[in-house]
Amino acid sequence: MIEVTSLRCGYGAVDVLRDVNLRIPAGEVAGVLGPNGSGKTTLLHVLAGILTPREGRVRVSGRDLDESSARWRARRMASVAQNAAVTFPFRCLSVVLMGRYPHLSRWGGYTTQDLDRAMDAMEQTGTLALADRLINEVSGGEAQRVVIARALAQAPSVLLLDEATSSLDVARKIQVFDLLLEKNRAEGTTIVCAMHDLNLAALYCDRLIFIKDGGIALDGPTHELFTSRNLSRIYGTPVMVSQHPVTGGPQAHFVPGSAGAGGSGPPHGGVGARGDREGG
Amino acid sequence: MLRGERRASLRFGLTLAVMAAVVTGSAFAACLFGRIDIPPAEVGRALLSGLGWDGARTVDETRRVVVFDIRFSRVLLSMIVGLSLAVAGAVFQGILRNPLADPFTIGVSTGAAFGASLAIFLGLGARSVLGFGLLPAAALAGAMAALFFVIALGRIEGHLRRDTMILAGIVVATFLSALISLLKSLDEESVASIVFWVMGSFQGRGWTHTLFALPYAAAGLALIGFHARELDILAMGDLQAVQVGVDLERVRLVLLLGASLLTASAVSVSGVIGFVGLIVPHLVRMTVGAEHRRLLALSGLLGAVTLLWSDVLARTLLPGGEELPVGVVTALMGGPFFCVLLKRHKRRIGL
Repeated sequence: MIEVTSLRCGYGAVDVLRDVNLRIPAGEVAGVLGPNGSGKTTLLHVLAGILTPREGRVRVSGRDLDESSARWRARRMASVAQNAAVTFPFRCLSVVLMGRYPHLSRWGGYTTQDLDRAMDAMEQTGTLALADRLINEVSGGEAQRVVIARALAQAPSVLLLDEATSSLDVARKIQVFDLLLEKNRAEGTTIVCAMHDLNLAALYCDRLIFIKDGGIALDGPTHELFTSRNLSRIYGTPVMVSQHPVTGGPQAHFVPGSAGAGGSGPPHGGVGARGDREGG
Repeated sequence: MLRGERRASLRFGLTLAVMAAVVTGSAFAACLFGRIDIPPAEVGRALLSGLGWDGARTVDETRRVVVFDIRFSRVLLSMIVGLSLAVAGAVFQGILRNPLADPFTIGVSTGAAFGASLAIFLGLGARSVLGFGLLPAAALAGAMAALFFVIALGRIEGHLRRDTMILAGIVVATFLSALISLLKSLDEESVASIVFWVMGSFQGRGWTHTLFALPYAAAGLALIGFHARELDILAMGDLQAVQVGVDLERVRLVLLLGASLLTASAVSVSGVIGFVGLIVPHLVRMTVGAEHRRLLALSGLLGAVTLLWSDVLARTLLPGGEELPVGVVTALMGGPFFCVLLKRHKRRIGL
């Protein structure tokens, strides 16, 4: 479980987040949404223990992150960044094996169990065929999946994804999220993902956390929050919501030429009128 | 295990074995060169006798001294220095994530040069304490002081940053170079010895220098050896390193200290020898990839061989028995060589 209480944090002279309170119970799939620069990445960095809060506390599994070692954190939480660029010519397998680092004994090397774990993760992410290729010579999407495999090899109970699938094609996105959902259902892995793709969030997240202007604007179950009014207000552009033809969940639609129209609400009539209905 | 993994291990093992053989062979061959002609068999016997093998008692004492105490000690020293510089270069390139980094980037070597220059200026150059010359000790102290300043300058809000470290290194190095120039201009008598020392040479170096450098080099190598895996992970970037559980600040400090110890020990006994620490890691990276356990091992061996033969050239090139500073030889060979590498592997030079 992740608990954030009266958090204030930022970089340099700027506070990016102020007075944030958040509880993410174990086994939840939470989407962190909000406009550019709203503080999604900052929140994930605080949760990962990379950025130290200026005020307030962040607890994971009942322990203050301030008092935990990088190794302790890495055994419980794995992160995937948006563009985990790798410029060094490492083989993809070596990169995935790095995920086993927090599990190594101080003087020992990688065991066959570590190798098995790494190869499992590569198989799950469809990157096993790349194992011997150099990561700086595979495509961006492939490299990203290798980094996702590294996070899985870490065997974390919490996965923090920061736009982790943005660089992937539609099929790969679905493939990765299906896999994450499977991890969540089978192993109870908590998943927190910052994302821009509203529809992907609606498809996979139990809960949405909207961040705007340095604080949590909305926080609740996806089917309650994913409404035309909320989305339009948060993003400052008209957004309409309709039902997904297969899952029945909500999906968002955008209107061309409406960027300056403000977020007061959806345009009259059309799909927007149905949009405020609860989905799911 | 994967096929590629096994192939890579095999290739590395093979390369390592070949390099180890080349190092051993070179160490022997380099002992053949010198002002006095000694037949190879005699050199071999003298070496064995020097190493304490009783079966070679019949060796002439003079020849034993020439081969073992003069040539072999110098060969060994040049290998230790070459190994230290190459490994330190690989480590600096890895932690600073900068292909242009080398043992001299962060000012450690200039610190050593300043320490040595100061000792020469104060007339302490020839003094010795407990059998060890004060000159290397002053150089070592200078190197460590420079490292301290660079780390203190490069620290922002308690975090070491790569860019600030490189800048801090350049600032410290430039400032110390100015101080060295100042020392030179203040005392004309010591100019020659300062200049000669700074250029880098193994002339007149022997067992005391080897024994002086060895413990620091060994300590540096041990620190680095125990953190080779972390070095791989650091190469992925600070953020990703922390994310997989590396204690970034501590590991980076330990690695910096290790590489600086190697550099300091090398510079303190030989002066400033350029290019080995820059080029050797690049060459090795191009053949075996970036994984640091392999990179460090092979860089060390290649560095040892490179400097060993550079020194042989330095002491045999001029017909009159005059010696060139070995730093001049490495720079003269290294510069053009690096240009060829850049041209040919434009795409692949990098980290």
